[in-house]
Amino acid sequence: MSILIDETTPVLVQGMTGDKGTFHAKEMIAYGTNVVGGVTPGKGGGTHLDRPLFNTMKEAVEATGATTSITFVAPAFCADAIMEASDAGIRLICSITDGIPAQDMMRVKRYMRRYPKTRRSMMVGPNCAGIISPGKAMLGIMPGHIYLQGKVGVISRSGTLGYEAASQMKAEGIGISTSVGIGGDPINGSSFLDHLALFEEDPETEAVLMIGEIGGPQEAEASAWIKDNMSKPVIGFVAGLTAPKGRRMGHAGAIISAAGDSAAEKAEVMRACGLTVAPNPSEFGSTVAGVLASRPEGRASV
Amino acid sequence: MDVHEYQAKELLASFGVPVPKGAVAFSPDQAVYAATELGGWNWAVKAQIHAGARGKAGGIKLCKTYHEVRDAAANLLGKRLVTIQTGPEGKPVQRVYIEVAEPFERELYLGYVLDRKTERIRVIASQRGGMEIEEIAKSEPEAILQVLVEPAVGLQAFQARELAFQLGLSIKQAQSAVSTIMNGYRAFRDCDATMLEINPLVVSKDDRVLALDAKMSFDDNALFRRHNVADMYDPSQQDPREAQAAEHNLNYIGLDGEIGCIVNGAGLAMATMDMIKHAGGTPANFLDVGGGASPERIATALKLVLSDAKVKAVLVNIFAGINRCDWVAKGVVQACETIDVKVPLVVRLAGTNVEEGRKILAESGLKLITADTLAEAAEKAVAACQGKLAA
Repeated sequence: MSILIDETTPVLVQGMTGDKGTFHAKEMIAYGTNVVGGVTPGKGGGTHLDRPLFNTMKEAVEATGATTSITFVAPAFCADAIMEASDAGIRLICSITDGIPAQDMMRVKRYMRRYPKTRRSMMVGPNCAGIISPGKAMLGIMPGHIYLQGKVGVISRSGTLGYEAASQMKAEGIGISTSVGIGGDPINGSSFLDHLALFEEDPETEAVLMIGEIGGPQEAEASAWIKDNMSKPVIGFVAGLTAPKGRRMGHAGAIISAAGDSAAEKAEVMRACGLTVAPNPSEFGSTVAGVLASRPEGRASV
Repeated sequence: MDVHEYQAKELLASFGVPVPKGAVAFSPDQAVYAATELGGWNWAVKAQIHAGARGKAGGIKLCKTYHEVRDAAANLLGKRLVTIQTGPEGKPVQRVYIEVAEPFERELYLGYVLDRKTERIRVIASQRGGMEIEEIAKSEPEAILQVLVEPAVGLQAFQARELAFQLGLSIKQAQSAVSTIMNGYRAFRDCDATMLEINPLVVSKDDRVLALDAKMSFDDNALFRRHNVADMYDPSQQDPREAQAAEHNLNYIGLDGEIGCIVNGAGLAMATMDMIKHAGGTPANFLDVGGGASPERIATALKLVLSDAKVKAVLVNIFAGINRCDWVAKGVVQACETIDVKVPLVVRLAGTNVEEGRKILAESGLKLITADTLAEAAEKAVAACQGKLAA
């Protein structure tokens, strides 16, 4: 099954006609993603990459039945684009955009809660690489060829560190069911915990790799949840062991500003909650392999 | 982005938060002039730097005469002030703030922060003003008062009243406090702050509540829509390498080690630093070149990293996704042709078109050390740094 997206998922690209939108929509289509249309205000009625263009998300959803969208919209306008998608009934919104003001995301999250749970959107990102279910569909900017299809779920704040992990795992012959980038911002659409819950329910996923970094409470929250709720093994890692306190390391959310924010503290919490922590970032592949091999059923076919 | 105390007070005052009368000065003469213009009988001469704990470091001087104001300013300006928050190098004092010093009754604490756990703006207050709030949180957690702001409606007056009455204020003082708390919130919201700390918030003898100190930090992602804040940028308060990086739009943080890093992606950049340490070396910097690793960008990054005299080796770690390794390789080669790289350069490429990229590097004739994996790259960088490995 994998989670969130597969080859049938109908996707709208918000900002499809821009440079980034065009480039990545092409890549997604080539990978096999079911892109059904694009939204750029003012270009409705036209076509782009052989798909229809619409002025608004409402029109686009009505015409195409899309359930999912990806935004390639500039930071100043992105919160608006996400809320528009949510209001139009999109159930999964992935925002690649880097640079959305934190208070905008605070308001977007609050906005999305106005809908009852039965029709509430899930948001992934912002400032993320996107989502890929290898062999099925790609909703993002990752290089599809580095992923092997398989049974390990991946959730990562960092894009390129997620690629590093995927390629180490591929070298070990270990494939991925779905890789989700939750992004590097302090307030994100969904957390590690949100996706762990989905992976726990997914029959195609047998283990999960969680790649965190300094800053914020989400690794600790996820670890506590894993301890009480997760039956599948989880491998963890936290980047930024050498990061100095109080400095923003690239990602808006990667900053040690409170107790519990550092990589060492988070790794400790992970271990205490039963996760296997990769000792360094060149051992994602080997650590996952080790955990899979040590399961009672043996290595199986992941 | 951080700003000076006087700039934070300027912003707060524009939102109706009462602050003592004050003026900024760039020279001892200006300081005296400011004191005469402001009036009053006593002044605080305060060093303006992007760090706290100035008082204990001699950065705040109480003066009773114009001579004292001049001397205080002259002793602070043009020097570096070292406090427990600046690190041993301290920060340069180019501005001082002259503030009319008036006696006050009580010192309170008022702070605002964008809380990640609740995804809300949190307003924090305490009767224990003038002290380190983290200390109080540890020793007297019940002394910390808090309310969370509901984003759909903003901070409500009843929440500000709740804090004001818990601060043990009289009705007149509470009225002033409520106004201050509400206006502080509006400043936080409308300037896209990430942190605002008023410590101490003082109660004057005539029942006014005003901000005696103010520290404010802002969301870099929002500066595009907050020009008044963006204009307050002071590069003198940053590590000069970082100020230079900012000019070139490079995400760079200077550290103390010997191995310079150039990586694409913040998480991979942090992991590369971690890997270097794991291999027994010390990272000299964090640098995320982001998605577009063009020859010019790599050249700029290399120049920046090499401008650090401590750097004895450089590690370039690029995981090409949409970028391709052959383009990145060409970029590295071109960059090396324009800059004289005097230290060992380790290049690790991975991802799209990696074989083509490696071929380009091998055939470039440049003295490069190549690596295939992250582990190999870190080990080679450490060995090269120690003089144990040459290209």
